[in-house]
Amino acid sequence: MKVALETNQLMAFAMKQIEPHVVAAYPITPSTEVVQEFSQYVANGDVRTEFVAVESEHSAMSACLAASLAGARVMTATASQGLAFMWEMLHIASASRAPIVTIVANRALSAPINIHGDHSDAMGARDTGWIQLWAESAQEAYDNVIQAIRIGEDPRVRFPVLVNYDGFTTSHAVETVEVLEDEEVRKFIGSFPRPEVNFLNIEKPASFGVLALQDYYMEFKRAQAEAYKNVKPVVLEVAEAYAKLTGRKYGLIEEYKLEDADVVLVAMNSAAGTAKETVDKLRQAGKKVGVLKIRLFRPFPIEEVASALKGAKAVVVMDRAYTYGGPAGPLFCDIAAALTNVAQRPLLGNVVAGLGGRDITMEHVEHMFNLGYKALERGSFEPLVTWVGVRE
Amino acid sequence: MLEVRWHGRAGQGVKTAAYLLAEAAMDTGKYIQAFPEYGAERSGAPIAAFTRIDDNPIRIHYGIRNPDVVVVVDESLIGAMDVTAGLKNNGVLLINSAQDPSFYKSKLGDFQGRVATVDATKIALETIGRPIPNIPIMGALLKVTGVVSLDDLEPRLRHKFSAKFSQEVVEGNVKALRRGFEEVKVL
Amino acid sequence: MKEQKWNELPEGVVVPEGGNSQGTYIVAGWRTFKPVVNSEKCINCMTCWIMCPDNAVQASGGKMLGFDYLACKGCGVCAEVCPVKAIDMVKEER
Repeated sequence: MKVALETNQLMAFAMKQIEPHVVAAYPITPSTEVVQEFSQYVANGDVRTEFVAVESEHSAMSACLAASLAGARVMTATASQGLAFMWEMLHIASASRAPIVTIVANRALSAPINIHGDHSDAMGARDTGWIQLWAESAQEAYDNVIQAIRIGEDPRVRFPVLVNYDGFTTSHAVETVEVLEDEEVRKFIGSFPRPEVNFLNIEKPASFGVLALQDYYMEFKRAQAEAYKNVKPVVLEVAEAYAKLTGRKYGLIEEYKLEDADVVLVAMNSAAGTAKETVDKLRQAGKKVGVLKIRLFRPFPIEEVASALKGAKAVVVMDRAYTYGGPAGPLFCDIAAALTNVAQRPLLGNVVAGLGGRDITMEHVEHMFNLGYKALERGSFEPLVTWVGVRE
Repeated sequence: MLEVRWHGRAGQGVKTAAYLLAEAAMDTGKYIQAFPEYGAERSGAPIAAFTRIDDNPIRIHYGIRNPDVVVVVDESLIGAMDVTAGLKNNGVLLINSAQDPSFYKSKLGDFQGRVATVDATKIALETIGRPIPNIPIMGALLKVTGVVSLDDLEPRLRHKFSAKFSQEVVEGNVKALRRGFEEVKVL
Repeated sequence: MKEQKWNELPEGVVVPEGGNSQGTYIVAGWRTFKPVVNSEKCINCMTCWIMCPDNAVQASGGKMLGFDYLACKGCGVCAEVCPVKAIDMVKEER
């Protein structure tokens, strides 16, 4: 069935189809409508979800965590300052193996105050242990949220998942989207695999939120770090099952015209689409360019990225956030790390673009590819980081 | 691909119009994309909205720079900002105005495209009793561009507005749509 | 107690058995003073039973019976909260 819904409404619709046991949320631009529309489904009796209206995002994630550990299927939505305010609870959720699915319409962080799209919020959460899926379009955002439930809840995984899409550019856009029937969604996600150890199982009492000091903390964290190895195969399995159902195929990354590409641009979310369109245009002019889109950002698919980029001569990594005082943008640092052990490393450069909702146009993308060609002539990217689309 | 850029003020139904056009086009089998561009929402603030319509999936994701059609929902924006920025030279400029299109055409230098005007605010006051010009100017847009037919748009309009408004308001808007279609002047 | 390796731990930060302050984790050795109840003064108000952080106050049928000295770490909260001063903290002799 084809629908034309604002992506936020589409996410609320997906949540209605999923019908989680508990949703605790505090609305924030640009994901407000996700919470607003879903609460209407609750009020209208369309879902049996327990909706917990809280007084802050910190409380939202606290309530989600408790509900999840009590053995419930749990979802929420937030963005920007809201995700930042959840920060300490995000760590506890992942370490507690609480498979909460959080929808994030990516938005800039203050200051200055800004409500528009960039990736600063999710990048702030990149080390919190949450799985992160990223979406180029409304269709991908819908497909990702359905798959996120199954990925996070898989007994081999049991980690929380952030489902990202660009604030305003995607969150407030209406695009042609193919949705599943309610019954198809229900069948695909299955019933919630409630772990035996949970708050409400009085047959099996356990202590939660325990203390582990010098004697045990490292063992707990090593065990957590190791568990992410299970995520990639499960993401691929779920994607395969989803492709069987819908015909839409997803991987950990998407390689667009990389086979013979000299200069490759790495991008995430909506700018990846603009980049693909630019690739088609530049290829008509004889330029061998391609795009690598990251879908699974955490855990980072290091081997797949290295294999996809090893044939390129120059790689330009587009960051829509920045690590202030750091060496380069956050995505760049991951890409560089992925290529550390590649023998014939391509030249690597970083562009920062689209902060605070600044448009990333085809002209900008073309300029980014040109930076790659310039680096090939010169033998290096100079400077390493270039801000694109800013008044100089 | 057809690209339409809408200019108006928050509260005039600009975003609704941009979405409605896209939705009606989707119903005819096209791929669509529509989104607004605004700062912090407040009634009266200038806003823009965008509608893209194509036979193929739309992959680009940014504001429309070189529109085929510019729709000015609030005449007072002209002069306050460059509403025709990037407008294709053979494009369409549609303005909510009681003026004759020649009034604006003469100000546009070597613009080769068409200029159209419709008194959408007057139509809105007479049909729905409120100065919300989005639907009458939509009627005018359909007439000038033919991108979607009246028959294709009307069911979407009824569907979309029935969820929010009384039957009386819905019928008023349908009337407004038709009058906009009939009363637009093109040069 | 044998220290577990990282791959021997339960999933998530849980201790998968409850009530482990009693019997498994012995804190008796921490005590300098131990609580002793004077049953003649005690009014069985159960305040000590509620307040004890280690569930070391033994009670049954609405009566305060005494202390589980394996679970008691000698913190003295019970003596502090007792409204009739029926609990004395007595120097531990080993």
